[in-house]
Amino acid sequence: MSAAGPVAGLPRAPGSVTLTRVPVRPEREAALGAPRRGFLALLGRRRITLVGAVLVAVVVVVAALAPVLAPWDPLALDVKSRLQGPAPDHWFGTDDVGRDVLSRVLYGARISVIVGGLVVVLSVAAGLGVGLAAGYYRRLDGVLMRVMDGLMAFPAIILAIALMASLGPSLRNVVLALGIVYTPRIARIVRGSVLVVRELPYVEAAHALGASDIGIIGRHVLPNCLSPVIVQSTFIFALAVLGEAALSFLGVGVPPFVPSWGNILAEGRLYIQQAPWLTLFPGTGIMATILGLNLFGDGLRDLLDPKLRGLSGGARSAS
Amino acid sequence: MKTYIARRLVAVVPVMLVVATVAFVLVHLAPGDPASVIAGPYASADDVAKLRHQLGIDHPLHIQLGRWYWRLLHGDLGTSIFLRRPVVEAILDRAEPTLLLTTAATLLAVLIGVPTGIVSARRHGGLVDQGLMVLALLGTSVPNFLLGLLMILVFAVWLGWFPVAGYVPLEGGAWRTARSLVMPAVALGLVQSALIARITRSAMLDVLREQFILAGRAKGLPENRVVYKHALKNAFVPTLTVIGISFAVLLGGAVIIEQVFNIPGLGRLIISAVLRRDYPVIQGVILIVAAVYVLVNLAVDLAYLALDPRIRYQ
Repeated sequence: MSAAGPVAGLPRAPGSVTLTRVPVRPEREAALGAPRRGFLALLGRRRITLVGAVLVAVVVVVAALAPVLAPWDPLALDVKSRLQGPAPDHWFGTDDVGRDVLSRVLYGARISVIVGGLVVVLSVAAGLGVGLAAGYYRRLDGVLMRVMDGLMAFPAIILAIALMASLGPSLRNVVLALGIVYTPRIARIVRGSVLVVRELPYVEAAHALGASDIGIIGRHVLPNCLSPVIVQSTFIFALAVLGEAALSFLGVGVPPFVPSWGNILAEGRLYIQQAPWLTLFPGTGIMATILGLNLFGDGLRDLLDPKLRGLSGGARSAS
Repeated sequence: MKTYIARRLVAVVPVMLVVATVAFVLVHLAPGDPASVIAGPYASADDVAKLRHQLGIDHPLHIQLGRWYWRLLHGDLGTSIFLRRPVVEAILDRAEPTLLLTTAATLLAVLIGVPTGIVSARRHGGLVDQGLMVLALLGTSVPNFLLGLLMILVFAVWLGWFPVAGYVPLEGGAWRTARSLVMPAVALGLVQSALIARITRSAMLDVLREQFILAGRAKGLPENRVVYKHALKNAFVPTLTVIGISFAVLLGGAVIIEQVFNIPGLGRLIISAVLRRDYPVIQGVILIVAAVYVLVNLAVDLAYLALDPRIRYQ
């Protein structure tokens, strides 16, 4: 992983000498420099990771351009043309109140990307806070990690459902509930890394030089914990997309009129015999997104976290 | 060995304490007074006060928490606001389909996942391995409720092989129960089998590189004996861990699958409770589910003793 070594992935001739430059901030280089350089190489080397990256990119672009791409207003009712099959007017058909399914699926990508992104931000922020505190301050470790263990004792979707019961159905609350549910995953990983990093000589040296705790955590510990967090973030993104779809499908996620993939599937379930397109198109959207994120996450893991190579957890269904 | 068992048993206590506290906090997360929210805008002040009493939220917070722990220690999960019966009874009534579904799905996931992982590891790098792993990767990307919907579409609507939805209780005959659970169990278990296959494969690959495997082969043991007796036993510890985790995932997944297939289990119970803000039921269901999960993982931890003698001497 060292930025000063030979180019990652290229074999080194026996007995060869590599001239190295001395990095100014080794820990930062190690955490951020190598992945940045190796990332394009990884995409070139592993086609499957490239497929993942492309799938994710397509979903993000669709989400960003939904208002431009959507041929109809996703909320516009047209009861006269309800439950129409795919046709030139409505490529993906219409739903039970005549709304255009293509437009709703495109806008659904937007909901998924927003939820996925915000849940990652929330759970990473909270998980980093808890994990750094637990790993660095031994006195806090016991209490904080027991709380995290307790939260992880609930199947994720069940805890999310229970939280939604208290918070009420809305997009903001879906993000909040899923963010709380996935925080322990990040916290555990960060704590594990901190326990290793805090014992390293340069942290001890920083102590000896009189650096403050905040300074040491921010400058030396945090950057060295980021690699596994970045990998885990892609899986949490996928789990959040799944979680939102599942919550909305169950009727406890975003309000029913919002065009989210889970909501479209929930309506589709009622008309599965007459209108299978209500299930097939949003379903394809979800599968493509999750597959893309899983492939991309696996590739990132191979790059950033070689120890875990092959031990893919991926995003598990129903989170 | 005794220390190991004692340590595992003691570790359950703080986890369950946190679980109980989370369940308690849930009621208080709701903005405003939960009793007024549940009772609705047209309820009289008297009704709201009664409801506050029934929910036990008419006391200071620390007393509420103390009473909550005390009641739980006595197995009392309270009374449902809408069903007007003890929560424990309501849960026991609905537990059968959920437990059967989760167990069937776990069995299916293991029966598909473990052999797939072994075959893949034995043919490491070959076409079969690559094919199976691509399938497993695709499998981990399909949400179980979507797979359920697609199965209804293909096997019930188009082919007519199975009922579209519904559940036949065990009283109606085990065979009919099994038939009503085939599609839900497959939808739930198939996705998880992909994960188990990937973990089994990687654990087997690790073990197959060990020296004792080389030694076994060198002294002329048949390959099947090397793989199934020596390698599999050692590779089974990580696999067992993931099976334990799978059970929790599947228990959560069952909630969604029950909705897809109209199965009257714990999932339907909690969803209807959420829609009516029946907090005692919500609290009861999540507590029981978490307890089952904690106990299953405890059982998995203790099963390591049988599988890995090194743990016995710790």
